[in-house]
Amino acid sequence: MSVVSPIREHLVTGGKTYHDVTEDICRHVEAKPTKEWKVAFAISVLVLLYGGSWVLWTWWEGLGVWGLNKTVGWAWDITNFVWWVGIGHAGTLISAILLLFRQKWRTSINRAAEAMTIFAVLCAASFILMHMGRPWLAYWALPFPNTFGSLWVNFNSPLVWDVFAISTYFSVSCLFWFIGLIPDLATIRDRATGVRKSIYGALSLGWTGGAKTWARYEDVSLILAGLSTPLVLSVHTIVSMDFATSVIPGWHTTIFPPYFVAGAIFSGFAMVQNLMLVTRVVYKLEDYITLEHISLMNKIITVTGSIVGVAYITEFFIAAYSGVEYEKYAFFNRAAGPLWWSYLAMMTCNVLSPQIFWFKSMRENIVVSFVIAVVVNIGMWFERFVIIVTSLHRDYLPSSWTYFTPRMGDIGDYLFSFGFFFTCFLLFSKFLPVINMAEVKSVLKSSSEKNSKQ
Amino acid sequence: MADKKYLVGIFNDEDVVMDAVQKIRSKGIKIHEVFCPYPVHGLDHVLGYERPRMGVPAFLFGITGTSLAFLLTFWTLGIDWPMNIGGKNFFPFPTNIPIVFELTVLLAAFGMAFTFFFMEGLGPSVKPLIFDVRSTDDKFAMAIDLNKNTISDSEISSFLKEVGAEEVNVKEV
Repeated sequence: MSVVSPIREHLVTGGKTYHDVTEDICRHVEAKPTKEWKVAFAISVLVLLYGGSWVLWTWWEGLGVWGLNKTVGWAWDITNFVWWVGIGHAGTLISAILLLFRQKWRTSINRAAEAMTIFAVLCAASFILMHMGRPWLAYWALPFPNTFGSLWVNFNSPLVWDVFAISTYFSVSCLFWFIGLIPDLATIRDRATGVRKSIYGALSLGWTGGAKTWARYEDVSLILAGLSTPLVLSVHTIVSMDFATSVIPGWHTTIFPPYFVAGAIFSGFAMVQNLMLVTRVVYKLEDYITLEHISLMNKIITVTGSIVGVAYITEFFIAAYSGVEYEKYAFFNRAAGPLWWSYLAMMTCNVLSPQIFWFKSMRENIVVSFVIAVVVNIGMWFERFVIIVTSLHRDYLPSSWTYFTPRMGDIGDYLFSFGFFFTCFLLFSKFLPVINMAEVKSVLKSSSEKNSKQ
Repeated sequence: MADKKYLVGIFNDEDVVMDAVQKIRSKGIKIHEVFCPYPVHGLDHVLGYERPRMGVPAFLFGITGTSLAFLLTFWTLGIDWPMNIGGKNFFPFPTNIPIVFELTVLLAAFGMAFTFFFMEGLGPSVKPLIFDVRSTDDKFAMAIDLNKNTISDSEISSFLKEVGAEEVNVKEV
């Protein structure tokens, strides 16, 4: 006997049966690509190629193609890196942390969110490679026996921690995502014939869904979630330490780790919101990703946005309270210096705009949700830009004070990451099930309209 | 030639199959396995399986990762080539925690996952024995190995129907 709470919304609407779930999700994998998909894919690939040519040019010509100067040595590259890593965090949050909290609504969105994580982390990593200037020497960041002299990597450096954190995060996210996919790949295999059957058969590793396998599988998923939760928190903590362990005024603050993690979840949820709002319409998944899901994600966006807002204010207060002249000036300069407009963009987009979701009608409005999610991502990009560029452009020596203006190299490389991200996401949405069928089926009985009416 | 002969009862509800498993087992019939489209909580318990203990390999691989990472950082920067960085200790423990933590998680996750694949015999070239293709879609398939049961086929078959199977098929392997 199952008990249905009268006040709780149904997770899946439309009275779906188990077979309906299979049909609704597998249909997109099995059908020929639609015209919309082809158009979207063509645009993404064009952006990827255009941006890719800028990346090649960056490597050929050197970092001079960027707008960097003597004073501002880090700008869009690291901004983009932090932004993309942050976006990636929502996937792990949804799949791991919400699993530990037994939030069943995550079942409809976790697959796509995890895919987004993987692609976002790859985009982030691409900026590290671009920034290296000589990407073929990227392996120098790893500890390997060599004859260069005293060249073990310095394990005391947050940049080395970053290498370990992000590569571990990427590998474990891929593993978690793949393990989640196995049962669904088996479902597709059992419906398929010919080449498709052998491809999905190999990918599903001979999954049969026996009760013993499922029991261990659940155990594995739970432990992976338990491992991923501190992992995801560690990743953005370490990213923030790239800044926090330096002695640059404006970076040298202990609030950075929690502040960065909250910001990461904030921007990541906004990106998930954008992707899911499009996917649900294009793939007609309104019964799976309901207004309830959208509303819940908007609540998380509001909470994390407000946490970020508190962090902004705390930073200001601590800078004023510290009595350190340089620290005070760094923050004054952020808000009132020549880059005041980026500070204003950050504050408005991140702190003010999500407050609209205190109203239920706004939270459940699809257009508003989409627009605010875009605005939040713009705001979070500006947050990193503000932290990085405004802290650097006026350094200790007033004669070297300068301004930062991006050049085509910066813009082209940023476009590359968008092209790459959307190309990957479109391929994923075509060839793999965008919703975790097995998990949705497991919440169907206790939450569908059909069953509660009986 | 068929070596093994199975009776496959098809159910379409998790509660019915859970109930059926208990009734069938109490009658002394041995169940080969129940195949489900999604994890049914408690089914492993009524089938009499031991509680899964995947935490054991996770812990063992994790502690291996911790040790290896500790050895790596300690040996490289502390013994093999000590570097004077700002006059600090050659081996300042706190700054090595991130690396040790990441490698612990990495080894624990992959070690556990591959242990799971190994225990369940999962791999890209495995040809699975599928009793009913609908068991990855919307049905629950209960397979009973006839060679391991002394009760007659027809009796098991009728009992399966009695406890709620909507159809009973014979599968020879």
